[in-house]
Amino acid sequence: MLQTADAGQTEDGALVRRAQAGDAEAFGLLVERYMRRAYFAALALVSRREDALDLSQEAFARAFLARRSIDPERPFYAWLYQILRRLCFNFLRDRRTRARTLEAAGTWLADEAAERFRSDPADALARREAQRRVAAAMEALPAREREVLALKEFESLTYREIASLVGIPVGTVMSRLYSARRRLADALEEP
Amino acid sequence: MQDGAALERARTLMMQALDGEISAGERRELDDLITGSPELVAEWRRLRRVKEVTTDMTLQNPPAEIWDGYWTSVYRRTERGLAWVLISIGVTIPAAYWVWHVIRSFLADTNMPLFLKLPIAALAIGVLLLVISVVREKLFTARRDPYVKEVIR
Repeated sequence: MLQTADAGQTEDGALVRRAQAGDAEAFGLLVERYMRRAYFAALALVSRREDALDLSQEAFARAFLARRSIDPERPFYAWLYQILRRLCFNFLRDRRTRARTLEAAGTWLADEAAERFRSDPADALARREAQRRVAAAMEALPAREREVLALKEFESLTYREIASLVGIPVGTVMSRLYSARRRLADALEEP
Repeated sequence: MQDGAALERARTLMMQALDGEISAGERRELDDLITGSPELVAEWRRLRRVKEVTTDMTLQNPPAEIWDGYWTSVYRRTERGLAWVLISIGVTIPAAYWVWHVIRSFLADTNMPLFLKLPIAALAIGVLLLVISVVREKLFTARRDPYVKEVIR
C-alpha cells in the first residue's frame, strides 16, 4: 500500500516536472488522475454539482498557471487541495446569504437508502428523512467543520491524513469533527 | 458529573471510537468515563446515531460525460485567463499614459480659472482614492480571510 502511494507520488513528480518544462499533456494526465477526487471534495463542500465542477476546474486552471511553483517532491494533490479549498471557502462566503430550504437539501447525495431498503419502505423513508435532515445541517455547518467531516465521511481519510491535507493538528481534526457531529445530532432531534 | 478535562477526553475518545481509530486501552478508558454519567451516555447514543446516518450517505455521481471534456475545459480556462491578463495589460498601460497626459495639460492650463480647477482636481483625487480603496480591498481580502488562518503546529 505504502509502495503504491510512493509509486504514485513518484509518477506525479515526474508529470509535474514535465508540465513545468512546458508539456501541457503531462499536466492533463495529472488532471485526469485527480479530477474525480477534486470534484467530489468540492461537491462535499458546496453541495451543487455545477458549482463543484466549476470550482474544481478553476482549481486545476490556477494550478496550471502556477505550475512552476509546485515542488515535484511533495504530493501534488495536497498542493492542489489548498487552491481548491480556498476557492470553495470564498465561494461559500459569497453564497452565505443564499438560504437553502430543507426540501432542497441533500440533492448532492446519492439516493442509496431507497435502493438498500427497498424491502422495507417504512425504514427507507425514515432513513431518507434522517439523511435529508443531516444533509441540511451539513450545509449549514461552518465551512471548516464541514470540510473535516466530508474528508472523514466521504473520503474515509484517517485523522492523520486529514490533518496533513488541511494543515491542522490531529487534535483540531477531532474537535472539529465533534463539533460538527454535535450540530448534526441536534438537527436529527429537532421536532 | 464529569469535570471539564474528563468531558473533553471522553469526547475525543468518542470521535476515535466512531471512526475506528481507537485502541483497546482507549476503548476501556471511554467505557469507564461513560459509565456512571447519564449525560455522556446520552451524548454517545446521539453521536452514534449521527454516524449511522452519515455512513449511509454517498456523494452523487455526475453524468459520466463530464469527465470526457474535463481537461479540455480546464485548458480553455487557462487560455481565457491568459487572454484576460494580456487584455488588461494592453488597456491599462495606454489608459494610464493618456490619464497622465490629461493631468499634465490640466495643470499646465493657465487659462482655466481657479474656481473650476479646484473642484475638477478634487473630483479627480476622489475618483483616484476610490479606485485605490477598491483595489486594496480586492488584493488584501485573502489575507484577512478567516478561513485561511489555520494553525500548524
